Amino acid sequence: MLLLECPYCGVAADETELAAGGEAHLKRETVGSLDAEFEEYLFMRENPRGVHFERWRHAYGCGKWFLAARDTMTLEVFGTYPAQSKKPPKAIENLIKKKRPDWKGWA
Amino acid sequence: MSEPQTALQGATAQGFVTVSEDGLHGMISLRGDLNDPKLKAAVAKLTGAEVPAAGRISWKGDRGVAWMSPDELLVIGPYSSAGKDALVLSKALKGVHHLVANVSDARAVFRIEGAGFREVLAKLTPADVSMDAFGIGQIRRSRFAQVAGACWMLEEGSARVVCFRSVAGYIFGLLEHAARSGSEVGYF
Ligand SMILES: [Zn+2]
Repeated sequence: MLLLECPYCGVAADETELAAGGEAHLKRETVGSLDAEFEEYLFMRENPRGVHFERWRHAYGCGKWFLAARDTMTLEVFGTYPAQSKKPPKAIENLIKKKRPDWKGWA
Repeated sequence: MSEPQTALQGATAQGFVTVSEDGLHGMISLRGDLNDPKLKAAVAKLTGAEVPAAGRISWKGDRGVAWMSPDELLVIGPYSSAGKDALVLSKALKGVHHLVANVSDARAVFRIEGAGFREVLAKLTPADVSMDAFGIGQIRRSRFAQVAGACWMLEEGSARVVCFRSVAGYIFGLLEHAARSGSEVGYF
């Protein structure tokens, strides 16, 4: 069972209250982008075994999107943060570095 | 003129707690910037209750205000005046970016009364309804089995469950079944 704290409601939301939105922090390609860049944006995903950043929506709660940092292998959750974030908060990044010294960084 | 009816006409069931369909509620969905002074004032003037903090519900007399999301409140009051109340809110919020909708006829409300009410809720929702996480003045939106719903608590020993009117029969069935005598879990 996966529990993510919704940063808006402040409650521990069960996975079944949430809708998964795939990888977070994707750069959206637009007019003028190359075909290869569009392909990357539309289809290519990290899908890592380990530290991952994801979009989730509190579908049965406040209805808002938020972002989560977690380990796809152990299901350990490092933290959640608002969807309006361009990158993970420093505190979450530091926590991951501490717990996963071999982690290569979020970008 | 036909009389407004609740979805299940006040159905009740007696188990280790009492489950009963509550009467009609006036419910107004209000969206906007919850920190806007004009919005706060309009809500306070209509209900007498404060705009609640995240996850909370405030109540005064026969009116209440529930926090639904960072930009949404549920304004609760008498069913008979909901249409008028929605207009009052709209007028008071003129010039402020907002949305007001009278959703009274889209809802059903249930009372779960008795010492074991947390047991009944916990059988149906993944939300934490333990004493530490769910107490007086709190509202929790979640799901009950397969449908969306919310529960709130205004007094010791009971909770309300609100859902869409279209699933009132389903929710009542769930609650009645979860409350059957002999099915107590004794967790809380
Ligand atoms: Zn939420």
